[in-house]
Amino acid sequence: MLDLSIRRQQGDFRVEVDLSAGAGVTALFGRSGSGKSSVINMVAGLYRPDSGRIKVDGKVLFDSNLGIDLAPERRRLGYVFQDARLFPHLSVNGNLTFGMNRVPVHERRIGFDDVVEVLGIGHLLDRRPTKLSGGEKQRVSIGRALLASPRILLMDEPLAALDSQRKAELLPFIGKLARQFATPILYVSHSMDEVLRLSDTLVLMDGGRAAAVGPVEELLSRTDLRPLTGRYEAGAVIRATVAGHDSTYGISRLNFTGGTLVVAKVELPVGTPVRLRIHARDVSIAIDAPPRISMRNVLPAVVKSVRAAEGWLTDVVLDCGGTDIWSQVTAHAQAHLNLVPGMRVNALIKALTIARGDMADRA
Amino acid sequence: MDMFSLTPLEWEALHLSLLVSGWAVLGSLPFGIGCAWLLARRDFPGKALFDGIIHLPLVLPPVVVGYFLLVMLGRRGPIGGWLWDWFGVTLAFTWKGAAIASAVVAFPLMVRAIRLSLENVDRGLEQAARTLGCGPLRTFLTVTLPLVAPGLLTGVILGFARSLSEFGATITFVSNIPGETRTLPIALYALTQVPGGDAAALRLCIISVVVAFAALLASEFLSRRVQARMRG
Repeated sequence: MLDLSIRRQQGDFRVEVDLSAGAGVTALFGRSGSGKSSVINMVAGLYRPDSGRIKVDGKVLFDSNLGIDLAPERRRLGYVFQDARLFPHLSVNGNLTFGMNRVPVHERRIGFDDVVEVLGIGHLLDRRPTKLSGGEKQRVSIGRALLASPRILLMDEPLAALDSQRKAELLPFIGKLARQFATPILYVSHSMDEVLRLSDTLVLMDGGRAAAVGPVEELLSRTDLRPLTGRYEAGAVIRATVAGHDSTYGISRLNFTGGTLVVAKVELPVGTPVRLRIHARDVSIAIDAPPRISMRNVLPAVVKSVRAAEGWLTDVVLDCGGTDIWSQVTAHAQAHLNLVPGMRVNALIKALTIARGDMADRA
Repeated sequence: MDMFSLTPLEWEALHLSLLVSGWAVLGSLPFGIGCAWLLARRDFPGKALFDGIIHLPLVLPPVVVGYFLLVMLGRRGPIGGWLWDWFGVTLAFTWKGAAIASAVVAFPLMVRAIRLSLENVDRGLEQAARTLGCGPLRTFLTVTLPLVAPGLLTGVILGFARSLSEFGATITFVSNIPGETRTLPIALYALTQVPGGDAAALRLCIISVVVAFAALLASEFLSRRVQARMRG
């Protein structure tokens, strides 16, 4: 769907990115100044690469060898900016149809009514952008981009300017868009929560380069990428399926290859595939399964690797029935337990530590 | 004679003033937008000189501007001669010439107002329009121009007001011809030069004040309307 191979010198900073991504959501994740926005602006045609090639959905948008450089208006992309950028002199309706009207009728594949319904903006159509809240503005902006029937939707930190409640409202919408409107999304973010919830392919950006490209579960489970994914974010991302709910105690059970996880109740139907993150610092290790304990998850595992980390910490990777789970223990604990690869242990996880923000519906 | 009805001479001067100022503003508006855009958005060699030339009529005595127009656009001038030979058009000593003199003098005021508001337009909105399929020209017409509407309005009203009050360049270039170039200020001046013209001159003064005031009120009303529209 998306093939990039671009170079651009910006003062002292060099952006050099090669990547290809399939359908669904491709997230560009990295610190500010890592070159994420430069990449998305080059795809949009707002920045010009010094050399390289940009291909989206089979269409070459830029190729320095062939001398192709389509103007932004001829690329047929939808760009959702961080600051919404709605036209203040037009109503919501005028904003929504702005791009749509530039597309010949027979090439419009996304219907006005569908977009308005999915985004829940039907009651706003006659308003002016200045009368909208931040979340409403961003919805209209997403609708405006979608209605231009784009080859790809570019989103540059669309939630960064919103408070956490608005974010929580909008995230599920964005997750649905790629599937419902069959439009791939290139999503720039510096929030691991958003990446975890949305992305199919993760691109870790560092110093203007794509340091790693791959499925989220894989990249976030690689210890060598820790400096890029962030210390706080350290943890394994695993796939599971909702196996059942217990309303009496307000808990849900999730099945994964290593057994069953008990977590605080989630509002998802049984059978829904989910992706969840288990923070390394929330996983304890016991050599013998403790008999009476409040922790609801005691999973048999085998020590896969042990590595000293900075700050008197030790990173331990546990193999839990084929799924890697990370644990972070103090050097003091490691000295006491003397963990070595191949050892049989138990991973202990409190049900409460897996919060809603750590879980994404992948249906 | 009734105090509130205008004499034929007053009607003539008022009509000429409005005609001349209207054409001066409308005719120079596209050029004004073009120059403002160049100054606000483009860098090119000689930009400072270009900027200076546009602003020159603001600082030169209007008589100098009028004399320069007479030399250039008079029937024997380099441009005026050519216009006469090829199109049979004369500008000197006609109301069209008066409109040109007014336009030249009012031009810098108009350009300044439009340029200021062009510089305040959020370029991000233009980028958004580009990504939504609008080429540069369509983006300018559908996004930039509506956003600078308040500045455009200010520029037009300033230009119109300056044109209404134009005297020096006009009388030098097109003289004082009743029914052709005798606008309100020129008629007023003529009346002050003859004995017993005081009462008639005072009436013209009042007419001038009323017209200028009406223009200001109209601009205020329109700019409020535009602002309100943006706010929804």
